Amino acid sequence: MNVIRFISQNRTQVLELTGEHLWLVGWSTLFAMLIGIPLGILIAHRKQLNKPVLAAANIIQTIPSLALFGFLLPVPWLGDRAERLAILALTVYALLPIIRSTYSGILGVDPAVLEAGKGMGLTESQLLFQVELPLAISMILCGVRVAIVISVGLATIAAAIGAGGLGEFIFRGLAMVDNRVILAGAIPAAVLALFADFGVGWVERRLKPR
Amino acid sequence: MGCVIELGYAVPIDGECDTVIEFRDVSYSVNGVQVLAGLNLRVARGETLVLLGRSGSGKTTTLKLVNRLVNPTSGEIRVNGERNDQTDLIRLRRGIGYVIQDVGLFPHFTVSQNIGLVPKIENWGEEKICARVRELLQLVGLREEFAARYPRQLSGGQRQRVGVARALGADPAILLMDEPFGALDPLTRDDLQREFLSLQQRLRKTVVFVTHDLREALRLGTRIALMEAGKLVTVLSPGEFLKSEDPWASAYVRAFRDGLEAAANRGTP
Repeated sequence: MNVIRFISQNRTQVLELTGEHLWLVGWSTLFAMLIGIPLGILIAHRKQLNKPVLAAANIIQTIPSLALFGFLLPVPWLGDRAERLAILALTVYALLPIIRSTYSGILGVDPAVLEAGKGMGLTESQLLFQVELPLAISMILCGVRVAIVISVGLATIAAAIGAGGLGEFIFRGLAMVDNRVILAGAIPAAVLALFADFGVGWVERRLKPR
Repeated sequence: MGCVIELGYAVPIDGECDTVIEFRDVSYSVNGVQVLAGLNLRVARGETLVLLGRSGSGKTTTLKLVNRLVNPTSGEIRVNGERNDQTDLIRLRRGIGYVIQDVGLFPHFTVSQNIGLVPKIENWGEEKICARVRELLQLVGLREEFAARYPRQLSGGQRQRVGVARALGADPAILLMDEPFGALDPLTRDDLQREFLSLQQRLRKTVVFVTHDLREALRLGTRIALMEAGKLVTVLSPGEFLKSEDPWASAYVRAFRDGLEAAANRGTP
């Protein structure tokens, strides 16, 4: 119960850090979608590209996050502001689930449907926007959901390079050996992940073809 | 028919018999495997040309060459007198209805959206599309209430009716049908074949119809083009086909008759 008291006593700071956290996750997810979805579509259509792209995304995923933050620190424009760097790193990590889900979503479209569509004289873009994407949307959003949940967790580490977010509490708590402070960061982060998951689920239900 | 049609040559005797689709020395191979060799064939306006053959005989490939889902390795295909690789691909396809065995209805569209898709992307007005959808549903024997349903709410036979209606959406002059009734139960298939005939009597589309079923070929075809191992064996009318001395054609007829006889004789010693 100490934790709840601590959080309510420091609620302005908790809210502020939650806001920062959301900001990092929001932008990085948006960028990851803007890059990952087109890339997923591309590799679903150009088969020879799927291995190198997925391999690259996989390799990135295996770099320890703390190491990646460290690596990027000396990069000129990026290193100037810790948030930029954190957003870039989070974007990179969010790519794999989004690319992969888009790729499988598009590949999962019934070949008979595609053949019929082609045979009817749909252009490639009509086929993409009217048939492939609507049929793949649940799968794509499923990847986005995973990406967001991963990002919410990873963003706590961004505090290590001074990018703010709920990780501040966690690192501070670790240094102070005070569980209340750690939990003041961890609990809102978990709640955030749950809300984000629920939110995307809602969007998914709205967008899903019936 | 009003004209003499032989393998590779169609000599129009009068004006009414014009060639809509023509294959000239068409070959197709993929990964070094010859799928189709030296195909010469003409399809006349308003006829139903059945491509009959075993699986792997090249009949589906022949069909797909027409709307360029497959491009030939050599030779040319003319549609309405124009080489089909020199016309705009999208225009070409929109002028050709395409029906396949797996139907391929868009699962996220209602029946009416499926049927009205080509008219819609061709920018027909809302009302005109509606009227067209109603007309087509009636044409393929579906009640109007089906318009709002989704493909998964339909039976196999109903789906294929929608498939045919969709192919006829923008009123193409040519219809390509790839074993459209192959996956249906015999009674539904019989219904659809009968309706196809009455439809064809009214619409007079130029139809290329792929099947491996002799009975279907004899029933629906104006002419039957028999294919075997990537080659066109012969083109015959259904009547000629039954009497043909051609080894392949007679093999089909024999297998068909033997099947019926064997079935009739079961149980008798």
